[in-house]
Amino acid sequence: MKYLVKLVVVTFAAVLSLGAISTASADKLKVGFIYIGPPGDHGWTYAHDQGRLTVEDQLGDRVETTFVEGVPEGPDAERAIAKLAETGHKLIFTTSFGYMEPTLKVAKRFPDVKFEHATGYKQADNVATYSARFYEGRYVQGQIAAKISKSGIIGYIASFPIPEVVRGINAFMLGAQSINSDMKVKVVWAYTWFDPPKEADAAKVLMDQGADIITQHTDSTAAIQAAADRGIKAFGQASDMIHFAPKTQLTAIIDEWGPYYVARTQAVLDGTWTSGDTWHGMGPGMVVMAPFTNMPESVRQMAIETTAALTSGKLHAFTGPIYNQAGELVVAAGEVAPDFPMLATMNFYVQGVDDKLPE
Amino acid sequence: MPDLIIASVMTMMTAATPLMFAATGELVCERSGVLNLGVEGMMLIGAVFGFATAAVTGNAPLGLLMAGVAGLLASLIFAALTLSLLSNQVATGLALTIFGTGLSALVGFDYVGETIERITAIHLPVLSDLPVVGRLLFGHDPLVYLSLGLLAGVTWFLSHSRWGMILRAVGDSDVSAHAIGYPVVLIRYAAVAFGGMMAGLGGGYLSLVYTPLWAENMAAGRGWIALALVVFANWRPERVLFGAILFGGITILQLNAQAAGVGIPAAFMSMLPYIATIVVLVLISRDAIKIRLNAPACLGRPFRAER
Repeated sequence: MKYLVKLVVVTFAAVLSLGAISTASADKLKVGFIYIGPPGDHGWTYAHDQGRLTVEDQLGDRVETTFVEGVPEGPDAERAIAKLAETGHKLIFTTSFGYMEPTLKVAKRFPDVKFEHATGYKQADNVATYSARFYEGRYVQGQIAAKISKSGIIGYIASFPIPEVVRGINAFMLGAQSINSDMKVKVVWAYTWFDPPKEADAAKVLMDQGADIITQHTDSTAAIQAAADRGIKAFGQASDMIHFAPKTQLTAIIDEWGPYYVARTQAVLDGTWTSGDTWHGMGPGMVVMAPFTNMPESVRQMAIETTAALTSGKLHAFTGPIYNQAGELVVAAGEVAPDFPMLATMNFYVQGVDDKLPE
Repeated sequence: MPDLIIASVMTMMTAATPLMFAATGELVCERSGVLNLGVEGMMLIGAVFGFATAAVTGNAPLGLLMAGVAGLLASLIFAALTLSLLSNQVATGLALTIFGTGLSALVGFDYVGETIERITAIHLPVLSDLPVVGRLLFGHDPLVYLSLGLLAGVTWFLSHSRWGMILRAVGDSDVSAHAIGYPVVLIRYAAVAFGGMMAGLGGGYLSLVYTPLWAENMAAGRGWIALALVVFANWRPERVLFGAILFGGITILQLNAQAAGVGIPAAFMSMLPYIATIVVLVLISRDAIKIRLNAPACLGRPFRAER
């Protein structure tokens, strides 16, 4: 029933937004965006929408942008993407992992439309993939958490067991272990990207079980607000959430999509667009840390130094020796985990994570 | 360990409260013979108007009042369509949910990302500081007590008051109630309005207490769970309490089990309340008398007064 309602709403949203742009002038490049949540989530989708606004801002006289929000991952996504392609959009950004297959399917039907799929790993001639190395930020968070936590237990609200999320948990753990090898990370899978009450529930449960730092890989501000309510420190997700919890947020990983979106749109305008995979981290500025707040000065300095080392490339979050949960050495001492296949398809926990990875 | 149990129970109560509000209201509505499937929509309308009021005035209790009023007004649309114009209750209820989802998103657009002062837990000197029972009995937010009070009131009303019995008569045999001279349609209007107010309050609880923010579609299916809960409770108000704690609690238990590293698949645990509903439905369906005793006989049937 809920699905039916969502479907109707999504269809309305699609029809409305597409109706609005169909009247626009024809010589501008139409760029479409598919969002998993509302731009007002102040997290993941918000960050992508900021990127879209940057495109409008910098190339506004040559492009026009459209977005369809709240598109569920699945058959609806295929419909929404196809609708954008049918209505003359020549560049379409699909901004969630679960849009991978729908994007590839639609791309086959529209060979002259360029597609950009966020956080996926399957490309085609007209499908490029892009993602940010959020895990670099997670490593910094892990270090901060290990310094600040008194109980030694960190609560981690995860969304879906996909490589991107598992990578974040592992990087966090490795960061924490680099400070204190006894740190524990408790993981709760919410199986949603955006459900504020459920995210708050997960935060509460983790705090009930003794976690005194909360970090999340879900998109709303509910978890950090739940932490604020109990006077516990937490990390923001995907955008700066300090406004929602001024005394709680330690830092946040901010996704800066703007420059990438501008560059790719420019490439289509210039006719130089090619498929490929982009995976940028702190170095090129795709991952930025929000100001380090609510922590002692010494911890702040450490966080700044680690961020600088990750930015310059002097430090890699996945530097060996790294063991998996079974105790097997997966990255030898002094070596760095390769992007492919290990990081891109990460499907195991590193030693020390207090959870069993769902199948 | 005792701390963990107390903390979990407290968290469970907050998860049960929005369900309790919405289900208590829907139960009264269904007992009068009207099936309103718009609970989810009314919750969302309550949530957004409650939050908007709190954000503008800075007064969360006023926001809660508005949440109830907004839910009530939304239910009156439903009542006018189904009771006066005799439209199909199932279709109209579904339409109300779709309407509520859209309206709340529209109204809430400007309030996304706003923050408010939430309604906090009460703290009674001495009583709240008692070991164990202090927090369990006297440490909740005021709305937990309000929902329990309203549920107790409804239980008494339906079983012991004259008007409660008339309401049940209307739900069980509208024709007879009309023949004796009771205003069937008017009573149903009142029951639907009460249901709407309660759903609105449940929504207000979400946006003002549970997660003090507005997010599109934030009820996330709780309205549907409340509907299932009424059936699960076999239309008996005292069982709503048990059901709400079970349905709300299972979410919390599920998350707790995960955090504790118990290897039960989360998806399976999330399924449990619905399986329980089906099991209860199957069990009560085996006993025709029990159904006849509890399910309002006129549920969902339109009533047109004969002269």
